[in-house]
Amino acid sequence: MLEADVEVTRGGHRVRAAFEVVPGRPLAVIGPNGAGKSTLLAAIAGLVPVDAGRVRIGERTVSDLPPERRRIGVLFQDSVLFPHLSVRDNVAFSARMRGSRRAARAAAEPWLERYGLTGLADRLPGELSGGQAQRAALARALAAEPDVLLLDEPMSALDVGLRHDMRAELAQHVREFGGATVVVTHSRADAAALADHVLVLEDGEVTQRGALDELAAAPATAYVRRMLADADD
Amino acid sequence: MTAVRRGRAAGALAWPVALLAAVALAFLVLPLVALVVRAPWGDLGDLLAREAVLQALVLSIGTATIATAACLVLGVPLAVLLARAADWPVPARRALRAAVTVPLVLPPVVGGIALLLLLGRRGLLGGLLDAAFGITVPFTTGAVVLAQVFVALPFLVFAVEGALRSADRRTELAAATLGASPWQVFRHVTLPLVAPGVAAGAVLCFTRALGEFGATITFAGSLPGVTRTLPIASYLAMQTDPDEAVALALLLLAVSIAVLLLLRDRWLPGVRG
Repeated sequence: MLEADVEVTRGGHRVRAAFEVVPGRPLAVIGPNGAGKSTLLAAIAGLVPVDAGRVRIGERTVSDLPPERRRIGVLFQDSVLFPHLSVRDNVAFSARMRGSRRAARAAAEPWLERYGLTGLADRLPGELSGGQAQRAALARALAAEPDVLLLDEPMSALDVGLRHDMRAELAQHVREFGGATVVVTHSRADAAALADHVLVLEDGEVTQRGALDELAAAPATAYVRRMLADADD
Repeated sequence: MTAVRRGRAAGALAWPVALLAAVALAFLVLPLVALVVRAPWGDLGDLLAREAVLQALVLSIGTATIATAACLVLGVPLAVLLARAADWPVPARRALRAAVTVPLVLPPVVGGIALLLLLGRRGLLGGLLDAAFGITVPFTTGAVVLAQVFVALPFLVFAVEGALRSADRRTELAAATLGASPWQVFRHVTLPLVAPGVAAGAVLCFTRALGEFGATITFAGSLPGVTRTLPIASYLAMQTDPDEAVALALLLLAVSIAVLLLLRDRWLPGVRG
């Protein structure tokens, strides 16, 4: 279980949120642009300093640890693959940090296969399509065998035509992943496909939480009403 | 029938701009043409085989190589510090940048005098070095290297800093979430990403060290085989044996052009056609 209760200031804006996520019941953090969703994720992963709060994974308090020791995987919105490494070496990166290049490449093989990347393994990230890059980034994150997976707007850099398929594929992988999952999005369709319940973040504050149909039954703010009425993108 | 007036091509240069650009170009190229045309080609073999010339060549290549290596080891970390200083208070950031820039704009002779006042026998640190370890720095081959590092280091630092600024910092964050320690992030992500900038900086550094004159002659003197590098040997020969001076100058020109050609395509975008 992931328990987070953090307060973080970024660019003069304060973001405050507390929530719990159990494995198998992914949480979507949804909100308008600039609400502080990505800052919240970065704070949980340890990528930005927090003002106050605590992050726990099961019995481990990780908020005092540097990011490399938290075992929290992150899927960034535009992949952020290492441009100088092949797809194989990107996926092997976490194993490479713990062992030899040869052992790391061997360990990457099953992940490449599982994510349909075997044929692309020798390509550089610059030679991939947006969907392929995102799949490689997911394989890279999950190959590190994290306890928690954070997805930051995983679909927003993809072409609209690709999103539908990628969303289904991503939902499948998130279901297979055994740990707690949080996905940040501004799209109702992403939240519906990937998550079990929703936390609405507006201007740094949580304005509503619950399942999507609970939100629909009693939207707390004008934003929630608009977001729920949005056509599927 | 009226003649069709041919329009001027869009973006044509105004004639004063074209004229002045041509003068500037001639000014850059003609001296080198003169050097090549008036060189004593017939005696070149004999001149270059002279003991003094070979000594200066070996000394110059050797010291410039060591100085470049020292600049790489010290300059890359300084560039990282400079690039990360973005979060520092403004006065501290400005002071840091100024400290790196000063050797770039300082007359090299001033640098040489400053080095003497620091490391000379009666210098700020030189006295201590002498008393504690019996080490005297000025007028040694080591002093040549120090003078070269002093003038060449900023070239490397700024080249690498530019590369760091244009690299995507989020790749470093991604590496951290994948279990990489700060040292591993530097070694496996940051350094490979800025490798082209490091290479370009090293080339600039080497050529600047190779041509160093003012700081070297002030701080290291001109002892044959010990501190008399190619530029110094060439300058001194000009008083006694102009043909030898020209041969030495040609040698320096050849080494500089060789370095440029060697690395131009991959690492020096400014020189690419």
